[in-house]
Amino acid sequence: MSTATDPGLEKRPGPAAAPPRRAARPRRVPLLRVLPLTPAVVLLLLFLAGPIAYCAYIAFTDLQLTGQAEDSFVGFENFTTAFGDDAFLNAVWLTLVFTVISALVGQNTLGLALAALMQRASKPVRTLVGGIVITAWVLPEVVAGFLLYAFFRREGTLNAVLDWLHLPTQNWLFTLPILAVSFANVWRGTAFSMLVYSAALNEIPKEITEAAEVDGAGGWRRLWHITLPMIRRSIGTNLMLITLQTLSVFGLIWVMTRGGPGGRSQTLPLFMYEEAFQKSMIGYGTAVALLLLVVGSLFSVVYLRLLRTEV
Amino acid sequence: MARTLTSRRASHRLAADAGLLVVAAAFVLPLAWVVLSALDPHADLRVKLPDGLTLDNFDAVMTPEITFTPLLNSLLLCAGGTLLTVACAALAAYPLSRFRSRFNRPFLLTVLFATSLPITAIMVPVYALFVQVNLIDTMEGTIFFFAASQLPFAIWLMKNFMDGVPKELEEAAWTDGASSLQSLVRIVLPLMGPGVAVVTVFSFVMMWGNFFVPFMLLLTPDQMPAAVSINEFFGNRGTVVYGQLAAFSILYSTPVILLYVLVARRLGGGFALGGAVKG
Repeated sequence: MSTATDPGLEKRPGPAAAPPRRAARPRRVPLLRVLPLTPAVVLLLLFLAGPIAYCAYIAFTDLQLTGQAEDSFVGFENFTTAFGDDAFLNAVWLTLVFTVISALVGQNTLGLALAALMQRASKPVRTLVGGIVITAWVLPEVVAGFLLYAFFRREGTLNAVLDWLHLPTQNWLFTLPILAVSFANVWRGTAFSMLVYSAALNEIPKEITEAAEVDGAGGWRRLWHITLPMIRRSIGTNLMLITLQTLSVFGLIWVMTRGGPGGRSQTLPLFMYEEAFQKSMIGYGTAVALLLLVVGSLFSVVYLRLLRTEV
Repeated sequence: MARTLTSRRASHRLAADAGLLVVAAAFVLPLAWVVLSALDPHADLRVKLPDGLTLDNFDAVMTPEITFTPLLNSLLLCAGGTLLTVACAALAAYPLSRFRSRFNRPFLLTVLFATSLPITAIMVPVYALFVQVNLIDTMEGTIFFFAASQLPFAIWLMKNFMDGVPKELEEAAWTDGASSLQSLVRIVLPLMGPGVAVVTVFSFVMMWGNFFVPFMLLLTPDQMPAAVSINEFFGNRGTVVYGQLAAFSILYSTPVILLYVLVARRLGGGFALGGAVKG
């Protein structure tokens, strides 16, 4: 991650200290530093920074989709409305449940378990299982949504399996919608954690674990005292990234439940969409978006601090 | 001691294999449904062996209206967005990788910060903004937004790949009288070909699978990419024909799976999505 070093190019131009090569190409270098960045910076400013700034503005207005000529500045009204709105608080709670079950517990633990098992498994099994789990991850969001919709429906595969095992069946998307979409997200997202942890585990020197094994440390003790401490930075980055990915899941839940029934799987992105478009309250919807963005930014800053030494 | 360790290893391997296969079985059920249903003349919602193999489902969806137009739209959107992303990222990565400046670090930190922002959150303001500047329901507007949303990560990846190309080769070209642009195009980019391929494929795959962006920014049915048009199977056509839905899902997913396999080795290690996941 470090830039290749060339002392001649590292110093900023100065008349006295100009090295020979720079002296031969005196004008091109400063231009060369700025010009190639321009297209990217323009795109980022117009289409990413612009909307974010606009988001921060309309969150404080009562902008509506139709019928209103002028929107007016309403200060923090959208935010106070939100915190007094049961549907909003419900969405916050469901987002929390969704993130904890699917990211922190599901993807993270299952990803680590799969990566750890893969270290020991035979090659054909490793290839097969890796292929299946990664396919689930590469599939387009909407397709993944349909596959799991079919899986959890009353007449779907899960109930067929439970029936075969003589276990009670139920209409999962109706009785436990938030759990169903959380499992769907685990199905779709575990591959990412698995890849992160496989890479991390591969970097642990074999001698260390072997020495512990010879000294008689059991599997769990080795995991707790050696493996986990050695990969703790990967755990940190993985948790940050999957949390951020999970916070912005929309398509998967939209396809499976539309946030329903009765808002029981309506996480913040779906709540934001419904307020902004189905109820035409763009200002209010954007206030929710801004909150989501702020939470995401906080996670993002923590993530940057975790990587601090590497940039 | 050595032998007990070896035999213990062997039994560990068996246990690990068994554990993995159990998890894989749970993961494979939804995938098996889509493959089996696509070939089944009487597909429903559960995994079962087909009543007889047929390609009728594929035949039925292979029409301009259902398959070809949406896939072509997807291709236009994603190819356009990817081209823009890769070109801008390659240009931007060059000064970031080659010259040291006091702006590099803040710029790269900002880029890295942007890679992890929840893009979903800004779709409502993007919609409102696009309405005001008349970019709503246009392919080019959607392409621009796709490119911008993928750009931070692409710049980051591209810069890291470019750091891996030795500077000496480029300096030799300069001595021979090549301009910087020439050395970028003729020396640096070819040498980091695999890196460019990874960024290209990754950007394309991300855009191909994205639902929310085109769902928000495009309104005309003729312009819908496959990610959005697939909803039609549920909406307006009455009863859902699951076999056809499965067949369409396969047609729509195959390109990205193939592309992923193409670059899997380089993407491996999970660094790709994380950008900077380095233990």
